[in-house]
Amino acid sequence: MALLLIVGLYFALPLFATGVFSFWEGGDRYGLSAYASLVRQSEMWNSLWLSLRLALETIALSLVVLVPAVFWMHLRAPRMKPLFDFISVLPFVVPPIVLVAGLTALFHGPDWFVGTPNYLVVPYVILALPYTYRALDVGMRALDLRTLTEASHSLGAGWGTFLLRVLVPNLASALAGAALLTIAIVMGEFTFANVLLFNTFAVYINYVGQTSATEAAALTLLSFVITWLAMLGVLLSGRGKGQAQLGGAH
Amino acid sequence: MRQASDAPAGMASDRASIASRSVRLPGWLGRHWGTVLFIGPFLLYVLVFLLLPALRLLAQALIDPHGLTLRYIAELAQPQTVQAFSNSIVLSAVSAAVGLVFGGLAAYFILHPKAPKGLRSLLTSFSAVAANFAGVPLAFAFIATLGSLGMVTVWLKSLGIDLYASGFNLYSMSGLILVYGYFQIPLMIIVIIPAIEGLRREWREAAESLGARTWVYWRHVGLPILLPSLLSAYLLLFGNSFSAYATPYALTSGNIGLVPIEISNVLSGNVMLEPQAGAALALGMIAVMVVVMLLYALVARRANRWRGR
Repeated sequence: MALLLIVGLYFALPLFATGVFSFWEGGDRYGLSAYASLVRQSEMWNSLWLSLRLALETIALSLVVLVPAVFWMHLRAPRMKPLFDFISVLPFVVPPIVLVAGLTALFHGPDWFVGTPNYLVVPYVILALPYTYRALDVGMRALDLRTLTEASHSLGAGWGTFLLRVLVPNLASALAGAALLTIAIVMGEFTFANVLLFNTFAVYINYVGQTSATEAAALTLLSFVITWLAMLGVLLSGRGKGQAQLGGAH
Repeated sequence: MRQASDAPAGMASDRASIASRSVRLPGWLGRHWGTVLFIGPFLLYVLVFLLLPALRLLAQALIDPHGLTLRYIAELAQPQTVQAFSNSIVLSAVSAAVGLVFGGLAAYFILHPKAPKGLRSLLTSFSAVAANFAGVPLAFAFIATLGSLGMVTVWLKSLGIDLYASGFNLYSMSGLILVYGYFQIPLMIIVIIPAIEGLRREWREAAESLGARTWVYWRHVGLPILLPSLLSAYLLLFGNSFSAYATPYALTSGNIGLVPIEISNVLSGNVMLEPQAGAALALGMIAVMVVVMLLYALVARRANRWRGR
């Protein structure tokens, strides 16, 4: 029991210290000046919005690439599952710092893409792959894909209609979980952004940390809250998971 | 698009009806059009953006202006890189051990039937957050706590204990181990809970009815069953720590010798290593991770034997 207390203290202290530090104004004064100054900095909002935007783009690209693949694998090509499982583990074998080295050596253009922060979405999809794949895999396993596809085809739906209007709505909770995990990952991602010199949120926190420690502490707290909200979302979206309801013709 | 003749139910007819709706393609492509269309983009994406860069690094490390060479790999034997690898391995091994012990014990205690009810969900949800908190924010949180002007440091100084004078330094290996624990322990908790839940109470009760006390139970029943899961968790934590970049970088600004930091130094042109040596470093890192993941796959398969029994 004492162990749990020590562990609890170990986890609570840094957060508490960060919080206290973020309110420090020098000497004995405490106030909100760090927060006020942050709110006034446009680069803060820019970097925050950039990270958020990248997260959304990553989710979109991940789903466009992954949903059809995992769906088809479950429906028609179950023998490809070991390959999929293997691929989903590959991003751990090639850590971010290695991948960015390889990417920079390989791709030098076109400039209109590689020079923009949107280029980050490319490795971010890989980074999130293990988590998004697992969420989609588990989600699709819970569905009766055969019946869903046959039913929609017998009603005249093509594959596109099926994917967009039948499969995706049935995967809602798995998609939500995957999306929130991706948001947490992208918001905290530092390696790619730092090496490629893009001003994402995590890079900005590091930059602020070089100059103003109290502001960095405030941003750290904010980052923690964002991660916590994302995880809360994942937990809640996973709670209502159940068998997809194949509504009868009432 | 409706079919003029509605085929009877069944997959064969379903396949036929779909095939007759789509464009006829010759041979293999025609038979596997679905796989190509649906799975193709995914495989292509992984190939181009994950495998190709890794292969490029392989080529870069093995080829110099004159052809194939092992020169750059041999350069890995430089004292600077050897130190980086040894630092990384030691740091990973120790922080994984810290996570194993503290995380394992914490998980065990919250799963104990006598533990307070809400503690488990509190700890698991916090673990999910803490495992993701790693990186820049974590480094700053610890600087605010145990840095030279950190809250705890100052508080201890007011009690007469000068932390930094007695040799502690947050920006050192021991400091890193302390900080790494913040995401290693939660990861361990998340990973080991299913395994501990797999330890059926009946086994404990059976052992006790045969006269075994706590220590005997653990030595002959509990730990042997848990061992594969503990090993696979340890490997996961090791790999997690070995590939960490953001946390040590934000904490030490790239001053401490770790493999990921060395690679990033090469990438930003900070260091006397040539880019090919950086590629060799990256290859070395991949090699370590491959070994770790292979061992993990092997052990995890054994660990799964005890689940769901």
